[in-house]
Amino acid sequence: MIRVTLRTGPFVTEIGTDIPFLHSELTRLYGSGNIVAPGRFADFHVEVQRAKGLRRHIRPQAVFDFDGFQPLKPLGLRQAVPLLEWGMNWIIGGEAHQYLILHAAVVERNGRALIMPAEPGSGKSTLTAALVYRGWRLLSDELTLIRPRDGLALPLARPINLKNESIDVIHRYAPGVFMSAAAYGTAKGTVALLSAPADSVARDNEPALPRWVVFPQFSAGAPARLEKRSKAGSLLYIGDNSINLHMHGAAGFELVADLVDRCDCLEFVYGDLDEAVRVFDSLAQTA
Amino acid sequence: MSAELLADILGSLSLPAEQQRFDFDWDAVIRTARRAGLLPRLALVLRENGRLDAVPPRPGAHLEAALVLSEKHAADVRREIDNLVAALSGIVDRIVLLKGAAYLAAGLPPSRGRIFGDIDICVPRASLSVVEAMLGVFGWQPGSIHPYDDAYYRRWMHQIPPLVHRTRGSAVDVHHTIVPLTARPKVPADLLLQAARPVDANSKIAVLAPCDMVLHSATHLFNEGEFVWAFRDLHDLDLLLRHFAAEQGFWSELIERAEILDLRRPLFYLLRYTARVFRTPVPEDALRRVEAFGPPAPLRPLMDTLLERALAPNLPLARDRWSPLALALLYGRGHYLRMPVHLLVPHLIRKAVRRPDDG
Repeated sequence: MIRVTLRTGPFVTEIGTDIPFLHSELTRLYGSGNIVAPGRFADFHVEVQRAKGLRRHIRPQAVFDFDGFQPLKPLGLRQAVPLLEWGMNWIIGGEAHQYLILHAAVVERNGRALIMPAEPGSGKSTLTAALVYRGWRLLSDELTLIRPRDGLALPLARPINLKNESIDVIHRYAPGVFMSAAAYGTAKGTVALLSAPADSVARDNEPALPRWVVFPQFSAGAPARLEKRSKAGSLLYIGDNSINLHMHGAAGFELVADLVDRCDCLEFVYGDLDEAVRVFDSLAQTA
Repeated sequence: MSAELLADILGSLSLPAEQQRFDFDWDAVIRTARRAGLLPRLALVLRENGRLDAVPPRPGAHLEAALVLSEKHAADVRREIDNLVAALSGIVDRIVLLKGAAYLAAGLPPSRGRIFGDIDICVPRASLSVVEAMLGVFGWQPGSIHPYDDAYYRRWMHQIPPLVHRTRGSAVDVHHTIVPLTARPKVPADLLLQAARPVDANSKIAVLAPCDMVLHSATHLFNEGEFVWAFRDLHDLDLLLRHFAAEQGFWSELIERAEILDLRRPLFYLLRYTARVFRTPVPEDALRRVEAFGPPAPLRPLMDTLLERALAPNLPLARDRWSPLALALLYGRGHYLRMPVHLLVPHLIRKAVRRPDDG
């Protein structure tokens, strides 16, 4: 069993695996900013191991284990990297109730955070990847952690999950950035993980105050368009798609309401990544 | 072993302040508490004793998260109990709550920091079908269940199949007696139910009398074959015993009640193991009196070895390579206690032969 300890944002995860290629992918996907020496305390202890029994040899599978509990179905061995990433997200969503956790990407520029709730087919991850390789700081592509006492978003700065066509798009957009080997045939199609920018990782203990909530929608060929979106509608959507709002009861509702109140809520349609980044950049110059 | 560290914290907070130690291996403690279902309780116990601030920040964050969970849980269960009363108050005189929900309704120490699963209620056998029907009207439906299991539940166990609320997802287990009908100890369930008392003057909610509550939980812990939450259940019992021990004559009454209900053996194991694991202050006198309730002398070391493992928290860190065997043997024992052989064998055969995807 090979062990690796990752520090990502507020969490230290100790990972054990008997799958050599997973270990080598991890050490390239995560850099020295994340890979740390094992310490006295890890927040989570996980293992990704080859399935036992028949599945060890016939269409071999990998199993994600969280301290003796297996929350996810085993996946094909070649999907070990996304399995680990999804597993870690599962754990954060299920355990880290010291935060309010939204299903949204969050990036930062000029000291202000921009949250992108995850509508299916929105291209949020692709947009996130483009932004953070054009000067924006990555906090997360998937889970927005809001600290209840001050409403700040806390970074995770973990690899970005790319799917299908966006894998090639981002290869071209950010050439030379490490991307894990594509895993085919996952539930989400073909998946690859893109390394987080080193600067984002270096600053992953720096929270940011949310200033915008932007709902992106990719539409091939469409010119970029940014419009106000109803705050009430935004509140409902974020609430419905939160990861653990139900844990926080009334206080959680207030937190989301404050967020939506304080932020500009916008809809964003785009067809071209470069143009999208320009629009976001000029947004960042305002207010 | 990590279980000892956790038991130490939980146990030692009952000791005077100067005897508390906080140089624990927090990594092992947090992991063990999480898998044992005791993370919220650990957090609450530390907070109530003013020791939460002394916890280093990283483990402390997990305890903070657990407190959020714990408040939410308790609020949910209280609401569900209210919903059950609303559904059933027209058709039964009272609803007897069992296990976790009873602790909460009666404001007992084990309700604090506890993660509740299903709500267990007990109603008279005669009203069982009306209760099931009325719960159906209010949205509780049988979870998906194989017809054989359904028949098994109704005929041989002490409950109709678990009901799940169709929008809220909460689960209710409706019992009409305390121990399965085919159990070897013939427990006159009527005695337990007769002695049940309302949680307060106006309430439709009743809980078992203190000794009965202890014995019922102990019987569940030691006679059923499942030990997934055994460590937590044992700690619940430690808290109950410490709480009720404040009453004069409690221990004698407990022992006498065990004799009346024919639950001597579970009481023996209970006092033996809470004292061992959580240092429950069981009086010497009581321990001596229950000695006779234990298994025959040659079996004792075997039962000790099996139960020691079964009562450990459910994670690899706290178990060893003999644990699976111990659990398997106790599973068999649990079945043996609950079903006579001539029913047990066909039951196990049918279970083994059924394909897993038959539900």
